[in-house]
Amino acid sequence: MDVVYVDNNATTRVAPEVIETMLPYFGQWYGNPSSMHTFGGTVGRKLQEAREKTAAFIGAQPEEIIFTGCGTESDSTAIHAAIASNPEKKHIVTSRVEHPAVKNLFEHLSKKGYRTTFIPVDRQGRLDMEALEKSLTEDTAVVSLMWANNETGVLFPIEAIAPMVRDRGIVFHTDAVQAAGKIPINVKAAGVDMLSLSGHKVHAPKGVGALYVRKGVKYAPFLIGGHQERGRRGGTENVASIIGMGRASELAADHLKMQSERVRALRDKLEKGLLDAVPKSMVNGDRETRLPNTTSISFEYVEGESILLMMDRLGICASSGSACTSGSLEPSHVLRAMGVPFTAAHGSIRFSLSIYNTDQEIDFIIEKLPPIIAKLREMSPFWKP
Amino acid sequence: MWEYTDKVKDHFLNPRNVGVIEDADGIGEVGSLACGDALKLTFKLDETQRIKDAKFQTFGCASAIASSSALTEMIKGLTLDEAAKVTNEDIAQYLGGLPKEKMHCSVMGRDALEKAIAYYRGEAEKKPEGRIVCECFGVTDVEIERAVRENNLQTIEDVTDYVKAGGGCGNCHDAIQEIIDAVRGKGPVPKEKPLRLTNIQKIKLIEETLDREIKPALKKDGGDIELVDVDGDRVFVKLRGTCATCAASQVTLKGYVESKLQELVLPQLVVEEVQ
Repeated sequence: MDVVYVDNNATTRVAPEVIETMLPYFGQWYGNPSSMHTFGGTVGRKLQEAREKTAAFIGAQPEEIIFTGCGTESDSTAIHAAIASNPEKKHIVTSRVEHPAVKNLFEHLSKKGYRTTFIPVDRQGRLDMEALEKSLTEDTAVVSLMWANNETGVLFPIEAIAPMVRDRGIVFHTDAVQAAGKIPINVKAAGVDMLSLSGHKVHAPKGVGALYVRKGVKYAPFLIGGHQERGRRGGTENVASIIGMGRASELAADHLKMQSERVRALRDKLEKGLLDAVPKSMVNGDRETRLPNTTSISFEYVEGESILLMMDRLGICASSGSACTSGSLEPSHVLRAMGVPFTAAHGSIRFSLSIYNTDQEIDFIIEKLPPIIAKLREMSPFWKP
Repeated sequence: MWEYTDKVKDHFLNPRNVGVIEDADGIGEVGSLACGDALKLTFKLDETQRIKDAKFQTFGCASAIASSSALTEMIKGLTLDEAAKVTNEDIAQYLGGLPKEKMHCSVMGRDALEKAIAYYRGEAEKKPEGRIVCECFGVTDVEIERAVRENNLQTIEDVTDYVKAGGGCGNCHDAIQEIIDAVRGKGPVPKEKPLRLTNIQKIKLIEETLDREIKPALKKDGGDIELVDVDGDRVFVKLRGTCATCAASQVTLKGYVESKLQELVLPQLVVEEVQ
């Protein structure tokens, strides 16, 4: 099936270079990196190389990287490590627009007796920094804030937040799953304690993630088992995928310029093309401070699932913040937290591009989507042309 | 990705009878932008009082549009009495079925039809009967009861799928459960219980009550309870799971377990914990 794939915040194509790097580690070099024999040890050295590449990608030391099974595991590990290392502290802080990997964990912890603060955002999706500062107390164990929002692409000022949090002796974790590979990330410059990455958002395969833990930060393993990852994450390593992640990290670093120039230009073209062609449409989130690849556009008076299904017939893959697509009845918690009115939240579509998108694809969407919106609006009892 | 039938897809992509009949005999509007779906149904009668034409406008997902389109096709040619008998299940069947989570779309069709018929018959706009149970979506106890009865719903999730109630903040889940229990005849156990039970009857009844009423509630919080012994009116239990280490376990034991057993088995029972 020919697809126009603009859903890269959901997942990405595994880069051909990554697949090529991974293939020998299934059938040929299948040894266990922990084994004593040379056959396994060779794999162990490759694992170490992947660790070095992933570390270099975010400006970390190799021993500060723990490979995990996914971004969610990285988030859960970080937050549990922070609260386990500060057992006397019972307050935790996050924002109202986090990915479910953090949001639902915080809601779970709040049922377990943790006092939980969800910092609000403004209409543009920007974090309320004053509320954040006020929320921090002696009892606060951890602050976890996403670097880039998966739905709108809006960036939180991590470099400004990190010192504010850490100066008070509070652990600072950031979920950088969406930011990585799209904007430059340097853990030392940002000054974060822990940072989550996910392989499949940066053209590595699904099933691998990484957690950066700054040297000196207290840590407790989430998966307890063997001595893998120096006892910080038990379980035999997902060797091929980790090696894939190492290669993907190298590529992502090389492609950062392309992200900020070519991908940004395509995104801007798509955005402008749609806003010009479709009346009553608007961008959700701060257009200045956001990822170069993401745009969330609301088409008022129509419903997102209907738009997606009509685009799907043409092979266009995007996603929606509407209620109906998720199976829940409430539209996206991110858009609601920003105060996007229901009229617009239900009709929101997220386009997220990658370096693989072409000019022709963007033209195709700009040509095909406006008539879809017009057709659905004709059916809508609320639409008054 | 929803698994829609070919018929749903067809009615979504090629909707029949889109629009508004200007001099309509019946008009029914339900839903709102806030709710995420809404339907305006209009129909015109012929000289024999049959529905000659029906049109719809729908804001909503594919299944909402398909349900509306199907409804307009289904009611054409019917008398109002016949049309009034169309149920949400009929609409879903016409489409070859709807995903369970989308059944509320068919209910919306039925509701709009009812309203349109009432409009024609000059019946005053019926105020929503009953009291609002789900505040997020403005659903009343009468509507929930009807959906449970007509569609033989078993769980809170079912109710959410059919009438949306409970799909928002979740504060009304207990109230919905009560309605389900009442409709399904599992309401509060009748008050007049024999005050004298044989020991075997008593133990059986305690076990049943623990299994049916108490364990499910504790399990929601990761806890559990086990019956160890019954001696006269003293019931010995062991708390398990999170209950065993919970600081509030005494409150659970006396305030919940004991009072439930007193209410449903014998008023003089005393619950004690075995370590």
